Amino acid sequence: MDDTPRNADFDVALTMDAAQPPVLDRTVQGLLGTAMDRPDGPLKVTGTARYAAEALPENLVTGFLVRATITKGRVIGMKAEAVEAMPGVIRVMTGHPLLRNPAQGQAHQAPEQILPKVDYFGQPVALVVAETFEQARHAAQALVVTYEEEVAEVDPNAASQVDKPKASQLDQGDLEGAMRSSPVAIDTTYTTAPHSSAPMEPHASIAEWVDGRLQLRGSYQMLKHNVAELADSLGVDEARVRIHAPYVGGGFGSKLGIAPEAVAAAHAARELGRPVRVVMARDQVFEMTMRRTETTQRMRLACDADGLMTALAHEDRVSNLPGEAFSEPTAQGTHFLYGGANRRFTHEVARIHRPCAGSVRAPGEAVGMIALECAMDELAEAADIDPVELRIRNIPDTTPEGGQPYSERALERCLREGAERFGWSQRRGMAERLEGDWWVGMGVAAAVRTNMMEESIARVTLRPDGTALCETDMTDIGTGSYAILTQIVGEMLGLPREKVEVQIGDSDLPKSSGSGGSFGAQSCGSAVFLACQGVRKHLAERMEVAPDDLTLRDGRATGGNRQVALTDLVEAPMSAEGHVKPGETEDNFSIAGYGAHFAEVGVHRDTGEVRVHRMLGVFSIGRVLNMKTATSQCHGGMIWGIGSALTEEIMHDPRDGRIVNHNLAEYHIPVSLDVPQLDAMLLEDTRDDQANPIQAKGIGELGISGAAAAVGNAIRNACGVRVRDFPATPDKIFPHLPDVT
Amino acid sequence: MRPFDYARADTTSDAATRAAAGATFLAGGTNLLDLMKLEVMAPEALVDVTRLDLHEVEATDESGLRIGALVTNSDLANHATVRAHYPVLSRALLSGATVQLRNKATTGGNLLQRTRCPYFYDTAAACNKRDPGTGCAAMEGRNRILAVLGASDHCIATHPSDMAVAMRALGARVVTEGPDGGRELDLGDLYRLPGDTPNIETVLSDGELITAVILPPPPAGAQSYVKVRDRASYAFALVSVAGVVAVEDGRITSANLAFGGLAPMPWRNEAVETALIGKAPSTETFDAAADILLADAKGHGDNDFKIPLARRTLRRALRELCERAA
Ligand SMILES: Cc1cc2nc3c(=O)[nH]c(=O)nc-3n(C[C@H](O)[C@H](O)[C@H](O)COP(=O)(O)OP(=O)(O)OC[C@H]3O[C@@H](n4cnc5c(N)ncnc54)[C@H](O)[C@@H]3O)c2cc1C
Ligand code: SF4
Repeated sequence: MDDTPRNADFDVALTMDAAQPPVLDRTVQGLLGTAMDRPDGPLKVTGTARYAAEALPENLVTGFLVRATITKGRVIGMKAEAVEAMPGVIRVMTGHPLLRNPAQGQAHQAPEQILPKVDYFGQPVALVVAETFEQARHAAQALVVTYEEEVAEVDPNAASQVDKPKASQLDQGDLEGAMRSSPVAIDTTYTTAPHSSAPMEPHASIAEWVDGRLQLRGSYQMLKHNVAELADSLGVDEARVRIHAPYVGGGFGSKLGIAPEAVAAAHAARELGRPVRVVMARDQVFEMTMRRTETTQRMRLACDADGLMTALAHEDRVSNLPGEAFSEPTAQGTHFLYGGANRRFTHEVARIHRPCAGSVRAPGEAVGMIALECAMDELAEAADIDPVELRIRNIPDTTPEGGQPYSERALERCLREGAERFGWSQRRGMAERLEGDWWVGMGVAAAVRTNMMEESIARVTLRPDGTALCETDMTDIGTGSYAILTQIVGEMLGLPREKVEVQIGDSDLPKSSGSGGSFGAQSCGSAVFLACQGVRKHLAERMEVAPDDLTLRDGRATGGNRQVALTDLVEAPMSAEGHVKPGETEDNFSIAGYGAHFAEVGVHRDTGEVRVHRMLGVFSIGRVLNMKTATSQCHGGMIWGIGSALTEEIMHDPRDGRIVNHNLAEYHIPVSLDVPQLDAMLLEDTRDDQANPIQAKGIGELGISGAAAAVGNAIRNACGVRVRDFPATPDKIFPHLPDVT
Repeated sequence: MRPFDYARADTTSDAATRAAAGATFLAGGTNLLDLMKLEVMAPEALVDVTRLDLHEVEATDESGLRIGALVTNSDLANHATVRAHYPVLSRALLSGATVQLRNKATTGGNLLQRTRCPYFYDTAAACNKRDPGTGCAAMEGRNRILAVLGASDHCIATHPSDMAVAMRALGARVVTEGPDGGRELDLGDLYRLPGDTPNIETVLSDGELITAVILPPPPAGAQSYVKVRDRASYAFALVSVAGVVAVEDGRITSANLAFGGLAPMPWRNEAVETALIGKAPSTETFDAAADILLADAKGHGDNDFKIPLARRTLRRALRELCERAA
């Protein structure tokens, strides 16, 4: 980046206060929306994409984090000298500025720094730095730490401190009255287990101070916030921190906020005057980063004889460490998915000393939709109405709490087209289909995920050689940012993919939303789109036509009866910044992604093992930017749904809250054999013009929302067992299985 | 990981001598190296046995099979004779771990792999197996995958192997070589129950190397390995049953059964088998066998479910076996 002042004449800023025209439906390059391969794919599959830990700056040393082995109390002693005398060991660091836990998403400031206090088992208490990784790890294991221990509460159901955030409570109408007077009412409680993001790449940082400025190679999702969090943690000015994160090996929320390894590495590098690498061991990823809270959710639903809902209550308890502002917004989707005039929401946060809870893919809907959509299945059963039909009947005209209109919402279409495609009409009654030793059944669930668009800036430069450069601090966490930004630029400027270069993952570039909350592609993509609008305006001026009369395709500009090669038209780099901000549309409309999940499962008649036979997801997210990466996101989400339905559970020790299964052998994410052929279908013709100027909504989290409920409902249909405590491991099913006669 | 010496053995006696002097055998390393990284095991010296001449699967004079201790789990599972005549063993092997692990894991190492008790792997937890006398954190902790049979008040760890369960059902024998010569013992006699010394898991003496496993001739009847676990693949058994059952004229004529996931060793109880002989296959017959199997079973909270699950898994295995054997 150079410091010469740039010409801002063509910069385009937009605040989303009104619906936007579908400009991208009039461009003609034909690149956007296609299943274009990722430009970064070959680098990744050949191992040449450099991830955070893979650089080797000169003089590099390694740090290894040391974990607390008590749940609550304080560190009162540390035999650092003994460890510093071990071969290769350089220094043991403890105390400030080490973090208690990562920053929550978009926190923009330092997370808790409480040492010598300890708040959970596994909290980082020190960093041991040595010449080699093996020396550092061995010394970290040898370090003797003494503590003064306090009694700690670790059980969310028995916690003495329970917060009830005011903004999350709601009482509308007369819930109890409606429950009593409605012909059909159910009152049911679901629990879900804590989850781990379990990204393939562990949290890793290499820190190096160059001329008083920190250069951090990290694995992070939202660089502008991470810079602020890191700077604040270290007590330095933001201008003295730069983060490089060109490739991120999965985040799923666990890399939203700056994490302990980055601050420890930066601190050690500053103290030692050498570059320091800190990579979390797998067990540390489980213990020292974010988990998804466990939940308890009481659902009360009632409807009239026609299935029209009269009452809906969603009351939940989640947990987190003391002092954490984040609490899982469990009922987020419940507020606007279905009608029902009489409503109640309560939300409780138990303050306990388990590892920190934070955002894990689709915070809110991922677990809230399990309870809601299984409860809807219970209501359908009680009302004797087909579950697809019941859902369709309860799609409200305006939001049931605020009376807002909805923007694009194809829920009914997703349900109907999905039912047709899946063969829903073949579904039989409960426990009526025994095939060999397996009970077979089908389940459905709606999918919904709140849409968010966040402020984003990007710069696009069209160069005299006919290529374009797109620059933003956006990250690619495996999702396909490189691909979709290439496509937006190519589509807008009429360039084939090879002519577009995308530079991201550097905090010195224009500040984007970053990746998180399914807002990355639409927010950053909108900024890139606006920047391209600026470049187009510039080109139109050159061509002496109105921007709308300009056609760009394959490196040529057409307008006013003229066709000119861009290489002839562009004499000096044409650069423009795009800047998008959320505005009134998000207050005036309820904006969300929608879909429907269908699952067919087999349940073993003796052992209660569940196998998903097939699964279909139909989704509507407005414009599809890249069919392949969007479909991949749906597949990933559906697989997460299978995981939360059947296998995934962080096990905490009941006495000290520690995570017992902190490795990928015992924390069971679905493996290939757990995942059948997945059918993910995206409605291609929908556009959400209230969401943003590219009419695209988030897809990263929609696929998980509701997916587990479809599996749970299919289990019920297959064998008659209603699982209300997820994951549905065999022990929760076999005791209730019907006898086979 | 602590610094350690490394030597590669050229002969079995070289390996045994080094081990008798304190070195630990290194085979595929898929378990040992993990434990060393976590410093659950911290040997001062390793003796790498992988170059020893123990990689063959050969027919024995008795029409059985002699499996070298270094035959990998993959090679053994895919061996033509094993697939054709000992399918229970092939199935058991293939149900364990992953392809990558099975390509490295060896027959000897598989028999001697350590428990997957999570507290054993966490050096900040009390564990009588890892640090004798410190207590057992699993007893009142998360013990979902731990034992309901054969355990003690000092340790409720399970032996995690699938292969060993199939071998136990097949009546395998283990051949060893030590500083004082060799011996051959029944696989069931290799392991010791935890009692008050859960740190001592086998009867092997210092320096005693497993050189081979011998399978008797293929038994008559149908064979199967049923493994119930928390996901479809790449998970240790909650309960597993290795079975070889013959049926004639509607009566069970022979039954060899071994169980995984339930006990500190691959479990076999001859009374269970005797109870089946001469009986017509039926749910009542199978449940009577389960009653015997589980008479002394004891749960510890999280793992209580294993007792009824074992009954159901046995029912499933026997039903399938009897149908196929009939
Ligand atoms: C993630 C994961 C999942 C797994 N899942 C399963 C599963 O589902 N089912 C299953 O059965 N197994 C499973 N395994 C375990 C795997 O089968 C064992 O790790 C493997 O069989 C050990 O063999 P090895 O050759 O690598 O042994 P090593 O790790 O080399 O050795 C293990 C032990 O045996 C000793 N030893 C090795 N060879 C000999 C010998 N010839 N004589 C005397 N002592 C010897 C070593 O000193 C060491 O103490 C899993 C392992 C992992 C890591
Ligand atoms: S069950 Fe055995 S291995 Fe597990 S903690 Fe107890 S003593 Fe240790």
